[in-house]
Amino acid sequence: MAGAAVLGRLAWRLGEVVELVPETPRVATIVLAVPDWPGHRAGQHVDVRLTAADGYQAQRSYSIASAPEDDRVALTVERLEDGEVSPFLTDELRPGDRFELRGPIGGYFVWEPGDGPLALVAGGSGIVPLMAMLRHRETAGSLEAATLLYSARSLEEVVYREELERLVGSDGGPEVVYTLTRSRPPGWTGYGRRIDRGLLAEVLADADPAGTAFVCGPTRFVEVAAEALVSLGREPARVKTERFGPTGG
Amino acid sequence: MDETDLRLDGNALAGPLGEIFAWEMTTAVGTCAGCGAVGELARLVVYERGPGAVARCPACGAVVLRVVRTEGRVWLDARGARSLELRTDR
Repeated sequence: MAGAAVLGRLAWRLGEVVELVPETPRVATIVLAVPDWPGHRAGQHVDVRLTAADGYQAQRSYSIASAPEDDRVALTVERLEDGEVSPFLTDELRPGDRFELRGPIGGYFVWEPGDGPLALVAGGSGIVPLMAMLRHRETAGSLEAATLLYSARSLEEVVYREELERLVGSDGGPEVVYTLTRSRPPGWTGYGRRIDRGLLAEVLADADPAGTAFVCGPTRFVEVAAEALVSLGREPARVKTERFGPTGG
Repeated sequence: MDETDLRLDGNALAGPLGEIFAWEMTTAVGTCAGCGAVGELARLVVYERGPGAVARCPACGAVVLRVVRTEGRVWLDARGARSLELRTDR
């Protein structure tokens, strides 16, 4: 094995489904055993490739949800109704099924303990790579402060809700703030609007601006949040973004 | 859906560039041949359509990289990048 950053050929491998976890009505986690998986860093993604009987191939990128310490690779996938790949992944897979993937991919949208305090801003399924960071932070016993601002349409659509609540209640756990943009449960006293500059200013008022902000979600969401963070005084180089775009898939 | 929704960033190039380079390239620092702006390739503005991707400078909008993938082939046009710098010590 050469130096750690040398990837060698980015090879397709067959991952085997070992567990399927429904997260919300539209989101599921696929837990995979991947032979010779080289390990990953929190925030990286994989490419998934499905091949039809006639040879037609469709390829999509999905963020890795599991912590690097976990030897299984978990992908959390949102089903897009007119998607080509995601409905198969969320609805049709069964334990024992196998499909092709390659990775880990990417090195920019990555956090390691020691990199400093975390300000995480998630829009919808943009939570996935940020969850890998929170899981890594916990497993590694990092004491660096972490705040997550998570925008979801409703409480039912919050992915990893139970685990997030457990993390918040744990010693040195992150601060987690939700904003529910479409519907709110009776008696909801939290935020109920789309992310804007004022909301970010309030939620991150106590966060160390020298830390790194990671923003992930749909393109518009990411651009609004990143621009606001910079206008609130964060260095552009310390506002890292990952746009899911239309995902299409 | 308008143009905004189709806009991705350089993170989306990590896979295709990983087919060409042995190093992780989205953390490489590029200099735009158009305006001289400097930044990681992950910060480029990327439009993907079918097999092709066009990566533009976030500062001036000039095309920095173009990548096209077809069956058994990857094609890269990097004329919009004056230079690419890579850390090899980590």
